[in-house]
Amino acid sequence: MEHPISAPNVSSTHRPKRAKLSLTKIIVTVIMLVIGIIFLLPFIWMLSASFKPEADVFKYPVQWIPHTWNVVENYRAVWFGDPPFMLYYWNSIKVSVMTILISVITSAMAAYAFSKINFRGRDTLFIIVLLTFMIPGQAVLVPQFIMYRSLGLFDTHIGLVLLESFSALGTFMLRQAFMSIHSEFIESAKIDGAGHARIFAQIALPLVQPFIATYAILRFIWTWNDYQAPLIFLRSPELFTVQLGINRFADATGEYYSLIMAGTCSAILPLLIVFLLAQKHVIGGIALGGVKG
Amino acid sequence: MERSASQSTASSQSKSWLSTTAKETIAGYLFAAPMLIGLTIFILIPMVSLFFISLTKWNFIQGFRGVEMIGLDNFRHLFQDKSFFVSMLNNIKLLLAVPFTLLFSLVIAIVVDEKVYFKSFFKIIYFMPYISSVVAVAIVFQILFHPSQGPVNGFLMSLGVTNPPKWLADPTYALPSIMMITVWTSIGFNMVVYLAGLQSIPKDLYEAADIDGASSWRKFRSITVPMLSPTTFFLLITGIIYSFKTFDLIAVLTQGGPAKSTNVMVYEIYDQAFVNLKMGYAAAESVFLFAVILLITGIQFWGQKKWVNY
Repeated sequence: MEHPISAPNVSSTHRPKRAKLSLTKIIVTVIMLVIGIIFLLPFIWMLSASFKPEADVFKYPVQWIPHTWNVVENYRAVWFGDPPFMLYYWNSIKVSVMTILISVITSAMAAYAFSKINFRGRDTLFIIVLLTFMIPGQAVLVPQFIMYRSLGLFDTHIGLVLLESFSALGTFMLRQAFMSIHSEFIESAKIDGAGHARIFAQIALPLVQPFIATYAILRFIWTWNDYQAPLIFLRSPELFTVQLGINRFADATGEYYSLIMAGTCSAILPLLIVFLLAQKHVIGGIALGGVKG
Repeated sequence: MERSASQSTASSQSKSWLSTTAKETIAGYLFAAPMLIGLTIFILIPMVSLFFISLTKWNFIQGFRGVEMIGLDNFRHLFQDKSFFVSMLNNIKLLLAVPFTLLFSLVIAIVVDEKVYFKSFFKIIYFMPYISSVVAVAIVFQILFHPSQGPVNGFLMSLGVTNPPKWLADPTYALPSIMMITVWTSIGFNMVVYLAGLQSIPKDLYEAADIDGASSWRKFRSITVPMLSPTTFFLLITGIIYSFKTFDLIAVLTQGGPAKSTNVMVYEIYDQAFVNLKMGYAAAESVFLFAVILLITGIQFWGQKKWVNY
């Protein structure tokens, strides 16, 4: 089975030098490492500030490794203080999980229909789906807002979830995946008397699992990071997601930068974990679809 | 004999074939329905109503009674509106970040692809800003760029700069600061796509060039750059579209200020719709944004066609 990240095998004939350590390559690696550290300095500064007592945050020269540690106090204040980060986390997890579920299921079903079922009007419908991809989300905020106010979806998690769930992107990505399945698989299952529901659930879905994982992870990153939709479609602080919460937290605590940094670290942490665990999916998915959330 | 056998099977199947078609059609619509209904309700209907709303004067506080048809007045107003014009101009200035991003990403991609050990480690490093939450990144930069206390100015002052810029608080430097952050966060995405592009260049091109004794620079100019041109074109278009959609950074960092110097189109729409509650006018601005993005997408389709055979 094909993995989504099928990086073409680099021909071994091209680099016979591999076995030997090359001095230039070592030097370039060291230079890139230094540049990489400079590149990540904002993160390093953020992490280090979140560990410090407030008085040390703006000391110059910067104490990259804190002289006095204040980790437990800072993070406790953020997680259990007021406003409580724990609640924002829970809301974000809830919204992300529901969005992923709805989005993956509807995308996979539509993708299956558009690749493995022959029906009238299929191509026209698929073109309509692709056309919605050209509509920038920002352009329809006003009508969506008016619709949400009148349908009672405004200021609800389910409203936010529905808003983020339907995109042509998932259909498109998973359709590509289903198309790589040989039609003989489907045809022989049909001859054995299986309907599409069974073929979809028992044959097609398992075969495209890696693609589903990739899409689910990307969807998680985008939903977790989204700021605009929660900002416009949520109003009650108790419904806030992490991105809204952290901004509110920064406004509320004002000058407590060590706490704000503990908050931003906490907001990035799940993304970092998911990314490090599934980096091949993330990087491969981005490279494959060339998509930008 | 053989022919008649195949004919008879064909005719005996034709009855069940019809019902299979019907079955397939029903199955197809059932499978596609959830996505189609979702897209219709949450994207297509809003899109159609956008055009209608843009023809109205709608103060949202009064609900649906606040709707008043005013024809194309919003659009007439739009082209004389200085605030909107400034936001459009800022979007155009912001585009300057795109070529810089492409250049840095290409260089990093080439170096990471061939010239270093621990390739995947470096991919992770340069990709990290892209997956991090924009809001968190924005808040961090707000503190780093703090005019009097921030480490950036602390560093500049220690170098002997007596009057460092106020960055986000200064109308001249606010937009360039936003650009720097945009470049920093976008490098990861562009690098990864460039890396994929580099993988697809046939290695024998380089081997042939080696036999001809071509220099590294020559190979870069005559093989890498032209072979990557479809990737570059794709990233350029994606970058431009993404740039026109900029919102999060502005909303967290500057709210369009100081003195409207970072007011971009999407923020202007947000401000008109959800702060000033002028739904009709914001809709007209949205129609304009939609037209701009559609135009860029059109250029992409046209360009891709031209670029298929290099």
